Amino acid sequence: MKFLDEYQSSRLAAKLAHRISVSSKKPIRLMEFCGGHTHAILRHGIRQLVPRTVELLPGPGCPVCVTATSDLDRAIALARSPEVILTTFGDMMRVPGSYSSLQRAKAEGADVRVVYSTMDAIEMARVNPGKSVVFSGIGFETTAPTIAASIVKAQREGISNFHVLCSLKLTPPVMKALLDLGEVKLDGIICPGHVSVIIGSRPYEFIPLDHGVACVVSGFEPVDILLAISRLVAQIESGQPKVEIAYGRGVKPQGNSEALQLMEEVFRIDSADWRGMGVVPGSGLSIDPKYERFDADVVFADTLELALRNTPVIEPPGCRCGEVLRGVTTPPDCPLFGKGCTPEKPVGPCMVSSEGACAAHYQYGGHPSLLRAG
Amino acid sequence: MDDVILLAHGSGGRLSHDLVQKKLLPSLSNIMLSKLDDSAVFDASGRLAFTTDSYVVNPIFFPGGDIGRLAVCGTVNDLSMSGARPLYLSLSLIIEEGFSVSELERIVGSVKAAAEEAEVEIIAGDTKVVHHGQADRLFVNTSGIGIVAPGTDISGANARVGDKVILSGTIGDHGIAIVSQREGLKFSVAVESDCAPLSKLVAGMLEASHNIRCLRDPTRGGLATTLNELAGQSDVGIVIEEERIPVQSSVRAACEMLGFDPLYVANEGKLVAIVDADDAEKVLAEMRRNVYGGDAAIIGEVTESHRGTVLMRTKLGSSRLVDMLSGELLPRIC
Amino acid sequence: MRSVMCLAIPMRILSIEGDEAEVELGGVVRRVSIALTPKARVGDYVLLHTGYAIGVVDEEEAEQTLKLLEEIAGFSEVS
Repeated sequence: MKFLDEYQSSRLAAKLAHRISVSSKKPIRLMEFCGGHTHAILRHGIRQLVPRTVELLPGPGCPVCVTATSDLDRAIALARSPEVILTTFGDMMRVPGSYSSLQRAKAEGADVRVVYSTMDAIEMARVNPGKSVVFSGIGFETTAPTIAASIVKAQREGISNFHVLCSLKLTPPVMKALLDLGEVKLDGIICPGHVSVIIGSRPYEFIPLDHGVACVVSGFEPVDILLAISRLVAQIESGQPKVEIAYGRGVKPQGNSEALQLMEEVFRIDSADWRGMGVVPGSGLSIDPKYERFDADVVFADTLELALRNTPVIEPPGCRCGEVLRGVTTPPDCPLFGKGCTPEKPVGPCMVSSEGACAAHYQYGGHPSLLRAG
Repeated sequence: MDDVILLAHGSGGRLSHDLVQKKLLPSLSNIMLSKLDDSAVFDASGRLAFTTDSYVVNPIFFPGGDIGRLAVCGTVNDLSMSGARPLYLSLSLIIEEGFSVSELERIVGSVKAAAEEAEVEIIAGDTKVVHHGQADRLFVNTSGIGIVAPGTDISGANARVGDKVILSGTIGDHGIAIVSQREGLKFSVAVESDCAPLSKLVAGMLEASHNIRCLRDPTRGGLATTLNELAGQSDVGIVIEEERIPVQSSVRAACEMLGFDPLYVANEGKLVAIVDADDAEKVLAEMRRNVYGGDAAIIGEVTESHRGTVLMRTKLGSSRLVDMLSGELLPRIC
Repeated sequence: MRSVMCLAIPMRILSIEGDEAEVELGGVVRRVSIALTPKARVGDYVLLHTGYAIGVVDEEEAEQTLKLLEEIAGFSEVS
């Protein structure tokens, strides 16, 4: 498969690993901000291929994991409305809300359907005119333009029973918030691959400028990730942090202008509630009033208010997802990891989302002999 | 206007009799079934194997098969995985009112063809009809009886350190065939379900070696789940090599697109065998002679360390855990 | 499994009809939206994410990266 196979070459991977081990002198800490990277790093055993001097730390890159419990409760409440078909990407199904989950609500009779695309949700609205199809809009800047496109399409085609429950989040503001918090000292950041296809690399420029932290935008195949790590090591060793693109086949410094324009047309920037970080100003998107017919928060305001009255948000007791998301605790260090909290019986979202750091650690690296080869 | 199944067809009265006599029996006829007694009575001696499975696959017709073929192959294979020679099957149908009679005939035709290929007879059956909406089109149950030859000892608990792990062919075909139908994926060369009866493949393997420790078919949960089950039951470790696992390129591409790992995707015509190292090549050669074992490969071995878990050596030379499937990958694939 | 939310696969455009395209990877053919990549042409590779093409693959850049990688491979010969 072109543009995939070449970046899975074990020969190139071995060469890059060697290059990294030769050039990495001082201990450094790199954080990845994309669940896809966390997953790929564990799936390909990247930690075994880089020297001990390079520490890889997962950050708040999993859109499901950073979604606040209150937002999940809202989705579940809407799912329970008899006139609603709640559509969602598969990941959200098993995440525990305050009192239930989408999977549980479905088992109890709520109409919840997993889709692979917002286009499926629009189709569903078209063939179910008597129902309201609500799409659970969780994601970062990779997903945001696709949701914007779907709202524009629904308007153009006169589909009035399609709505989005918007919970979209932005990456550079949360990077800033995390760096400002200063809880964890970072030397470099593996910047998200597909978010950057949309926003480009320029939004990260404040990171080396204000914080002296190196940035490299990375793809997802093992060779991509090792190349990015190699570039980060080079920057850090030379003491010259900057923003580099190591995923040139997909990312331009200016990003995708059509996608950005569409986002600007449909959304406005708002504050957002991040699990583990609280409310971060300017870090989320909400639907612009001119598209409020498609905004589930507006259209179903009364339903939501009624359903959520007297139901306080309950965070799972003992859950350390927030700390894992900020890089303060690693999954194996969470006292519940593998004990009270497993993919079958998750306490928090990091263990249940397929790109959650805990789930990836559990799935690919639970065994002690695999953590940190020699 | 196409004939459809009505509630009356399940009532036990004349319409029921007509359904059985005119639509079902002709395809499935054999001496015992034709007697239409309340039970089939037969002689059998020696150790018997008995199994049951229900089939709720959606869609009921898919590339490479349908629920009828699946229902026969699934139960035949469960018997074969215990080292039994499958003999007899029962067939129960729960039909939603309004189901097309011609589609029912097509499914029964598949049952007949699969039974003939597997050399088993359907000797007992039942049909029920339920209200519209109470069974998603058609649910099928088959139970099966087989004979286990003396001296045969195949069990998930028998694996020993040093044994080789053999896979009979490409993984992920069935699950991808089903989901591609549901998700509207098209293929330039269609991915077909690998649904197949493996009784003859197993018979050949058992003749080639008396040192086959375990046999299991990796259905729901895929190869990964099956290997974990075996590692757990035998209390051993299993190591597999990523590069040795056969996957069709179109299945790999579909998995990339849908975010699946082929290790977890269902198969309905494949088996995993754990075999004494000295007999592995012999068994492999025998498997490759069978139409359903052409792509068979030794994919790994049983180890002393990390008991109860499965590790995979990636193409890059690193190792990672291969855990059991968590949650549900694909609903209603069998 | 991998979540669909970060996933984007390179697929080749076979045909375009308005703001939709038929794309192909390894024999799998799919109908997707090119609303976000209106300048994409038949024969281009696009990165596909949840049913939408989010960017056109820059083949020249891809070649440059592979060249760079080969150079690194050359310099990294273990003695």
